[in-house]
Amino acid sequence: MTATPLSSSQGAGRAGDKIFSGAALAAGCLILAVLFGVALFLVVQAIPALTAPAAEIQGGAGFFAYIWPIVIGTLIAAVIALVIATPVAIGVALFISHFAPRGLANGLGYVVDLLAAIPSVIYGAWGAAFLAKEISPAYNWLAENMGWLPIFQGPASATGKTILTAGIVLSVMVLPIITSLTREIFLQTPKLHEEAALALGATRWEMIRMSVLPFARPGIISAVMLGLGRALGETMAVALVLSSGALTASLITSGNQTIAAEIALNFPEASGLKVSTLIAAGLVLFLITLAVNMIARWIISRHKEFSGAN
Amino acid sequence: MSKRIDVKDLNVYYGDFLAVEDVSIAIEAKSVTAFIGPSGCGKSTFLRTLNRMHEVLPGARVEGEVLLDGDNLYGAGVDPVTVRSQIGMVFQRPNPFPTMSIRDNVLAGVKLNNKKISKGEADALVESSLQGANLWNEVKDRLEKPGSGLSGGQQQRLCIARAIAVQPQVILMDEPCSALDPISTLAIEDLINELKDQYTVVIVTHNMQQAARVSDKTAFFNIAGTGKPGKLIEYGNTQNIFSNPTVKATEDYVSGRFG
Repeated sequence: MTATPLSSSQGAGRAGDKIFSGAALAAGCLILAVLFGVALFLVVQAIPALTAPAAEIQGGAGFFAYIWPIVIGTLIAAVIALVIATPVAIGVALFISHFAPRGLANGLGYVVDLLAAIPSVIYGAWGAAFLAKEISPAYNWLAENMGWLPIFQGPASATGKTILTAGIVLSVMVLPIITSLTREIFLQTPKLHEEAALALGATRWEMIRMSVLPFARPGIISAVMLGLGRALGETMAVALVLSSGALTASLITSGNQTIAAEIALNFPEASGLKVSTLIAAGLVLFLITLAVNMIARWIISRHKEFSGAN
Repeated sequence: MSKRIDVKDLNVYYGDFLAVEDVSIAIEAKSVTAFIGPSGCGKSTFLRTLNRMHEVLPGARVEGEVLLDGDNLYGAGVDPVTVRSQIGMVFQRPNPFPTMSIRDNVLAGVKLNNKKISKGEADALVESSLQGANLWNEVKDRLEKPGSGLSGGQQQRLCIARAIAVQPQVILMDEPCSALDPISTLAIEDLINELKDQYTVVIVTHNMQQAARVSDKTAFFNIAGTGKPGKLIEYGNTQNIFSNPTVKATEDYVSGRFG
């Protein structure tokens, strides 16, 4: 047996290591570069709109007056989508991971993943041509019976092409993302913790509340944030479904607009300062998404001590 | 507050595979009974049938009877949830709930089934359970800290505190010391000795010295070969099993000739 001198480097293995770490570093830098490039583009292109005299911006009252109604509209649509989609997605994911027999679970998981594969323009067409018409009687009922709430103030839109319809369509679109991610996390709950709960005499639901949901909590938040990202940025479906207009509190009349749909609808005919205004709107959307993700990270890190990662 | 267990002609299956064959055993109340045997002989599987944890795995089932003071755990209309609240379990690896504080871990079982408990009662129960698990002095100043921050041995004693907080009739322990260092192991063994004053304790262990130290009676399980079902070979007073076994296989095993 020949001793290997400590100082000699083992050629092949060491080279592989270097190539791999170099590739990983390059990939990481590439993401940062792309992100920085996009941000730089948005800022540079947006500067004319941000510095232009108020009267020259669309609406004639300056960029801020132009942007804030559609920021609110974007947030309303996204919040409606998440309020509907999150409980449904968690329910479906729990059913697939912990309640359904295996055959049914696989089939259902496949169907949910299929929902994600439908192009957004199809959702938009479905929302505009079918859902809006079918749902408008419900809006009339809401306006008559719950009209005292500002969000259901009448008269309801006759076409049903409202921000609430857009939110519902968005919720169907974000449902598969949240469902797939949360299902995977639920399945990863350590058997050890599930058995700990069961051995104490927990029912299936109590076991889920004691071990599965706490374990999955950061993952659920991440999944919801990814869904929110899609809901904030979704363009085609909202552009097709929503009959846009000025900001209104009522969710069941036509009106409101989202940033992404505003850009998509106006960009083809825009020129000069108008292009710059739309890009500035895009920059605002970028910043909203960034803020949302940072808040999500903060929420997750707040509970790090109890995450079980230690 | 402790009951005896009588098992009659129990066959344990995973799907079609017979894992443990035809076990009949009488486990005395307020005693420590140890299950020993080589890996894969079915002793853990058998232990998990005593509180119906076995059937948590898909396709797992049993035939036969397990009587808790005469009541069949597998009788018609018996809810496994009720069975498990009366027969507690401590696992091989410590598994406190990572998202809960030490205090909440102890109370986890008590708060199940929508039971309400006043803060004073809860405080008293936390203290008595942790004292029962010889852990109170070590954690009394950090009850609100996460249970996962404790050492392995402390975590295992926390799990024992959690199990005794619901005041079970029987406590099952599935190799409770196999992930622990010798000092923590000693602490758990001392605890087992104290627990038998109040509870029926059944412990699975790989460590024959441990079985000899803690148990009143010992059951030796063995398999004839891979793919064959595990069987109860010999059951008797621990002293007899270790010093004067009647079956050759038991003698070979306890004297270290195989396994």
